[in-house]
Amino acid sequence: MKRIAAINDFVIKFANVNGSGSASANELFAKAVMRMGVPVSPRNIFPSNIQGMPTWYEARVCEKGYHGRRGGVDMMVAMNPQTWDTDIAEISPGGYLLYDSTRPLPASRFRDDVLTIGVPLTDIANNAYTDPRQRQLFKNIIYVGALSVLLDVDAEVFDRLFAEQYKGKGKERLLESNVQALHLGRDYVKQHLQAPLGIRVQRADNVGDQIFTDGNSAAALGLVYGGATVAAWYPITPSTSIPEMFAKYCEKFRVDPDSGQHRFAIVQAEDELASIGMVVGAGWNGARAFTATSGPGISLMTEFIGLAYFAEIPVTIVNVQRGGPSTGMPTKTQQSDLLACAYASHGDTKHVLLFPQDPHECFTHSAAALDLAERLQTPIFVMTDLDIGMNQRLCKPFVWDDSKEYDRGKVMNAEELEAGKSFGRYKDVDGDGIPWRTLPGTHPTKGAFFSRGTSRNPQAMYSEAGPDYIYNMERLLRKFKTAEDLVPQPIFRKASAPTKLGVIYYGSTTPAMREALDVLERNGDHLDAMRLCAFPFPDSVRKFIAEHDKLFVVEQNRDAQMRTMLINELEIDPAKLVRVLHYDGTPITARFIISTIHDCVHKEVA
Amino acid sequence: MTYIAKPKMHHPTLQTNKVGYTRRDYEGRISTLCAGCGHDSISAAVIQACWELDIEPHRVAKLSGIGCSSKTTDYFLGASHGFNTVHGRMPSVLTGANLANRDLLYLGVSGDGDSASIGLGQFANAMRRCVRMAYIVENNGVYGLTKGQFSATADRGAKNKKGFVNNDNPIDLVGIALQLGATYVARSFSGDKAQLIPLIKGAMAHGGAAFIDVISPCVTFNNHGGSTKSYDYVRAHNEAVSRIDFITPGSEITAEYAPGEVVDVQQHDGSVLRLRKLHEDYDPTDRDAAMSYMHAHAARGEVVTGLLYLDALATDLHTSLNTCEQPLNTMGAQLLCPGSQALDKINDALR
Repeated sequence: MKRIAAINDFVIKFANVNGSGSASANELFAKAVMRMGVPVSPRNIFPSNIQGMPTWYEARVCEKGYHGRRGGVDMMVAMNPQTWDTDIAEISPGGYLLYDSTRPLPASRFRDDVLTIGVPLTDIANNAYTDPRQRQLFKNIIYVGALSVLLDVDAEVFDRLFAEQYKGKGKERLLESNVQALHLGRDYVKQHLQAPLGIRVQRADNVGDQIFTDGNSAAALGLVYGGATVAAWYPITPSTSIPEMFAKYCEKFRVDPDSGQHRFAIVQAEDELASIGMVVGAGWNGARAFTATSGPGISLMTEFIGLAYFAEIPVTIVNVQRGGPSTGMPTKTQQSDLLACAYASHGDTKHVLLFPQDPHECFTHSAAALDLAERLQTPIFVMTDLDIGMNQRLCKPFVWDDSKEYDRGKVMNAEELEAGKSFGRYKDVDGDGIPWRTLPGTHPTKGAFFSRGTSRNPQAMYSEAGPDYIYNMERLLRKFKTAEDLVPQPIFRKASAPTKLGVIYYGSTTPAMREALDVLERNGDHLDAMRLCAFPFPDSVRKFIAEHDKLFVVEQNRDAQMRTMLINELEIDPAKLVRVLHYDGTPITARFIISTIHDCVHKEVA
Repeated sequence: MTYIAKPKMHHPTLQTNKVGYTRRDYEGRISTLCAGCGHDSISAAVIQACWELDIEPHRVAKLSGIGCSSKTTDYFLGASHGFNTVHGRMPSVLTGANLANRDLLYLGVSGDGDSASIGLGQFANAMRRCVRMAYIVENNGVYGLTKGQFSATADRGAKNKKGFVNNDNPIDLVGIALQLGATYVARSFSGDKAQLIPLIKGAMAHGGAAFIDVISPCVTFNNHGGSTKSYDYVRAHNEAVSRIDFITPGSEITAEYAPGEVVDVQQHDGSVLRLRKLHEDYDPTDRDAAMSYMHAHAARGEVVTGLLYLDALATDLHTSLNTCEQPLNTMGAQLLCPGSQALDKINDALR
């Protein structure tokens, strides 16, 4: 059997039991490879459960820096007896299996076409430690040690990582025991096994100044930098770590040094209705406010989203999408809330959506959303998903321009009112559809108005008169048109040869798409590509579609929701837009995109 | 009469308060409610209370939900910003608004359907968070705008206009507010202005969550025999525990009372609530006693009114969250943004 041989280009998957402490050991492995200068993109595949259920950590080692899921598993670290059979079956022919050989297993449980590497992890841990919890935790570090020799990762990078984590923080004892555990694993392999394997790591210089972080932490940081002061939220997977990280960063950066008082207010609300209600109240009253949630939360917030749209209140919502509908797959990823968000609430509504591709953009888009919300006086959705939100990813470092002022939008102040500037809350004075507002408490006699979800005339007086209603609804459309130029613009990539084929994608599909495009191009399948970064769609989107005969719309939902929006908003002939859909809850892979598009292109030709 | 625009002129000799406003400066648009509606009396009481309190109208933010009661925020304090939100969700919007700017006074107006039926959860949670606000429920036991269905505060056995009897137990918002930690809890009757105005003043000056349940008969759908929220019924069963006088900070106290008859309670802002006790055994600073008193009297079909509970030194949500004195909505990038140097450090820690 030919063994898989690859340097700096393989997929290793860890099968663990959740709650066993494996997550930090697996992360340690990924970081060590990155310290070798080789990019890694790991993904947690976990259940909606705290302890005892199967969980996986799939790390893609890829010198070229493709961060999407590739598909296939070259090496399995099988630590969970519950999932043994499926885990073993998943290994690619010629691949590798590392397992705990403390207890003998019959030959029938293994595969002939896979190289099996047994390390008696439990034995080693039990001999070295007496405390049961330590035995469990350090067993994980022992397998990382074993792997480091098998895959040729330098011991020295671990030493540095341990030192950074434990040294000078009063955790010296942990430092020592971790180093010890690592070497127990390393020594066993050196003494008993052949190493390195056909797949291995070699020092490179492809990580550069990139940072390794998750989208939720990045979004939280973006919200701090963007000036959010009020956060209201309700716990829901996979968005919970956004408000939690926001709180952590606020504790660090937003405490008044003299008084010890907070320049932020965070409320864990009783439900999503209350969290969005608080955000609406704070936005109405001039504070930058946000909530973070996922699909079920969006469903509950819908009535308030309609109010914020119609009463024109700045609101920022980060939606970390998961598998729907209903409770769906809480710990799996999808891009399936597009329609629910773009047209949230009854009546005619349209909302601004932003589509970050990675943690870096979670940071920039979340900060930008706060500006856009105040500029446009409307809800802004940051449409991330579990794949970006809860997995650490290598990405460009965060950047902030210190000269940047927040865009507070059209807020009329007391001086302007006093000077006699005319004020009509829902009047389009500038031709961009965006009216002026005043904040409560601004002026003793001028500029007060009554906000409501009922229809009104331009002076904010209750009115059910047809012309008043139409004026307002048309102005809201004009405002939405204005948004086209303010939101992040699409990013285009031209094929190396002229082509009438195009591909459209967005958000977390981006890294897999980037890889797929490279491969397709190499294979002679030329496609021009457009990454959508926001809704509404600017004219360049219409133009790109017009320039091509057939376009693949790649997305992670069943119903081709982005395709529907393109057809609906731009009146595109549906026959032009081909669905490429991946929605089983796992992140889309480059291999899936390549084969789907390749088959489709060549079927057409044939 | 609602088609007539309200004239803006007023008599030049009209009396002004300390901040230079006449009573008319606290009015709003003409009410569109039915003639004789209890809610209009409450609006009038709000106007009188704010004028007497010398509050500048624009320093009040008035928030409401949906329903007849929630419409009333348009009928007073026309120079204040108002927000008619969605059904049952005023408390969350008020909470957010309050977090954004702690310097304004927050007046929440709601109804029994809005707060006890669809919005019970938000009502309860705003009370337990001790949001600083004056929260008034204009309680008539029915849905007026949809023509007379029972709400969750309708008493068991009450008969609606069509003769249907309500078989569900009523929700007592006063009891819930007491249990969940509201620090100023009162019940009043829209037909008793002398009692209601000082109660509203006390609530506006209160430092925490103030709640007033005002029985406010619906003249169109719930003012008949068999109703327990009619003018006649409430008048016949009103059991006032106290009368209060609201004394603004620094004013001279002149009236003389016999010892034991009055209790003076000073609030955070220096204002004094002078309680003239009508029931000797009633202690409005004892939460547990207030709750048992309410239960005992409700069982007898009595409507206990007056200031039922007061924690004069109450704190609020800002105290719990330890927020800055400076309103959050006035802070710019220099106070909020950690800057690029801090970001570089964060980047380094993520490598």
